[in-house]
Amino acid sequence: MLELSWLLIAIPLAGAALLLLWGQRSDAFGHLIATAASAAAFVLGLVMFVELLGREADDRSVTSTLGTWIETARFHVEFAFTVDQLSSLFVLLITGVGTLIHVYSIGYMAHDERRRRFFAYLNLFVAAMLTLVLAADYLVLFLGWEGVGLASYLLIGFWQHKPSAAAAANKAFIMNRIGDVGMVIAIMTMFATFGTTSIAAVNGAVGDVSATTATALGLLLLLGACGKSAQVPLQAWLLDAMEGPTPVSALIHAATMVTAGVYLVVRSAGIYDASEVARTFVIVVGLVTLLVGAWIGCAKDDIKKVLAGSTMSQIGYMMLAAGLGPAGYAFAIFHLLTHGFFKANMFLGAGSVMHAMDDDVDMRHYGALRRAMPITFATFGLGYLAIIGFPGMSGFFSKDKIIEAALAHNLWIGLGAMIGAAITAFYMTRLMMMTFFGERRWRDRVHPHESPSVMTVPLIVLAALSVLGGALYLGNWIGDWLEPVAGHAEHHELPAPVIVIQLAVVALVAAGVALAVWLFRSDVPDTAPADTDVSILTRAGRHEIYTNEVNGVLAVFPVRYLTRFLVWLDARGIDGLVTGTADRIGEASQGLRATQTGYVRSYALGIFGGALVVVLGLLAVTLG
Amino acid sequence: MTEYITLSFLLFTIGAVGVLVRRNAIVVFMCVELMLNATNLAFVSFARQHGNLDGQTAAFFVMVVAAAEVVIGLAIIVSIYRTRRSASVDEANLLKA
Repeated sequence: MLELSWLLIAIPLAGAALLLLWGQRSDAFGHLIATAASAAAFVLGLVMFVELLGREADDRSVTSTLGTWIETARFHVEFAFTVDQLSSLFVLLITGVGTLIHVYSIGYMAHDERRRRFFAYLNLFVAAMLTLVLAADYLVLFLGWEGVGLASYLLIGFWQHKPSAAAAANKAFIMNRIGDVGMVIAIMTMFATFGTTSIAAVNGAVGDVSATTATALGLLLLLGACGKSAQVPLQAWLLDAMEGPTPVSALIHAATMVTAGVYLVVRSAGIYDASEVARTFVIVVGLVTLLVGAWIGCAKDDIKKVLAGSTMSQIGYMMLAAGLGPAGYAFAIFHLLTHGFFKANMFLGAGSVMHAMDDDVDMRHYGALRRAMPITFATFGLGYLAIIGFPGMSGFFSKDKIIEAALAHNLWIGLGAMIGAAITAFYMTRLMMMTFFGERRWRDRVHPHESPSVMTVPLIVLAALSVLGGALYLGNWIGDWLEPVAGHAEHHELPAPVIVIQLAVVALVAAGVALAVWLFRSDVPDTAPADTDVSILTRAGRHEIYTNEVNGVLAVFPVRYLTRFLVWLDARGIDGLVTGTADRIGEASQGLRATQTGYVRSYALGIFGGALVVVLGLLAVTLG
Repeated sequence: MTEYITLSFLLFTIGAVGVLVRRNAIVVFMCVELMLNATNLAFVSFARQHGNLDGQTAAFFVMVVAAAEVVIGLAIIVSIYRTRRSASVDEANLLKA
């Protein structure tokens, strides 16, 4: 059964091809085909997972080869897919959450006349994401990596009639390309150094090469991961990506695609184990992003952008954990899974709210929705408790383990992660207070109502997973399960007993919650205060810490002027040479034309002059 | 001898200037004839001086050509005059762009 891993990719890919090629005739039932394809992949993934569970620990990695992709004398790439402990968890997350979001989208996109196309892109995304996580070769991984980028581009810009959506899609695509340059150079470096790009071979051999090469590979892969996972400094695209339909934000920009960077780092454990410097960079990137994302989340009024900032922040936690080496890999994946559950849940909940509020995303127009939308409120509330780390919820375990691992590594990094937890509690409570509590601040003619059951059932399932996801940690199951992939975690001395740390984190979270409850307990103005009336922290957060401006000055501005210079060079230089030659010939012809006066006597003068020249010439020759 | 050549030179010059400055086609034509005859004079003078017949022969050729030219040229001038009511060479400018 495990040799059939290619089927996991083929089923949704066939679904996408069918829907796109069949065209309008499949409008009526296309969404059912797509959902069935995703569900079939999930069932297959589940069967494979159960089979893996039944095997011995050292027999759980099965690589099957579908065929040869590139065959030259020195370079050999095979379409090989690996099912192992890490990729099987991802397969379940992608197809499981993916199927729920397919179901939800049936309701959410019901009134969109391009729904079939939407489902085709979703299936394409699932296929590409599965290629990414199943690949046994960095080049095949890169194929999936670009595939999810394409699907993300198509889906962010799905409402292409909105210029803002088209611009956001371009922004995401271009910023991802910057990261991909790192990936491409990393893959080329692997080929130059090891002569192969197989993931197992590269990670096995990287310990034997110089530390410089390992560091370079680590940093280049980190650049790729930063682009895909919206980590500082390539984070600016994620907030704009919220222009896409909300199920897309839930699936691609919260649960799965943006976590591909974390997957890449964990999958390249061999490379990062070989380079302390690269690991430190991963930690710094993660820590900075987790604080920046939380900061942005505190300032935004757009519900989806708060969640997007939160996503950045939570992926920052995962990156931070991945940078800790074997001590953190399992916790990074653990948090990735629980985050996949509760963030998808909350994004879909936000979509349900938007659905009820006529696609208004401004939380200042919400308020008191808990009575109007009880199921959405209840499921969102469970996701909320999970993300802030309420004791017993999935997020409590996964975030707490990361904070403990960070504290064991370095006190300051651990403290940074703890402060991040407090800010998370603050901005999520702010979101809850502004959306579900307080006064009604609804616009006219808005009548909130609960969403249909096709949308609420996925919410309920995801809410249940958000609560129960912590069970993966029971008896350190996930740590033991991933140990063959992630390496053995050494036991580190913590600066304080575990219970003290947990209490401190809970106290910080409670402080964040209390502050937000107190600040937003009532009278939230239904229009945002002007930039000049808010603190400098809020102003910076609203402007995404001015990163767009920094990007504009550092990248967009020089490139734009370079382009203008090149256009000028083309128009004046190259075109000038070509048209200039023609112009000179034309002008010379005009001059010659003036000698053709049409007067007989001027021609006669020409003849006489010519004759005189001939005679003088003859005389000069004969006499001289 | 010099006198003949001087006369021939003067006649040719008068003819050439006439061709260049006059506008009436008939006068231009007469000036052309003047130039041809000035050349004829030079031919026969030199033939006389050198005592051979080459110059005389050339003079006959010139006369024949001149006669033919007069026939064609006058015919053209008459025909232009008929259509355009003018014998001015400056007004015969249809080919000018």
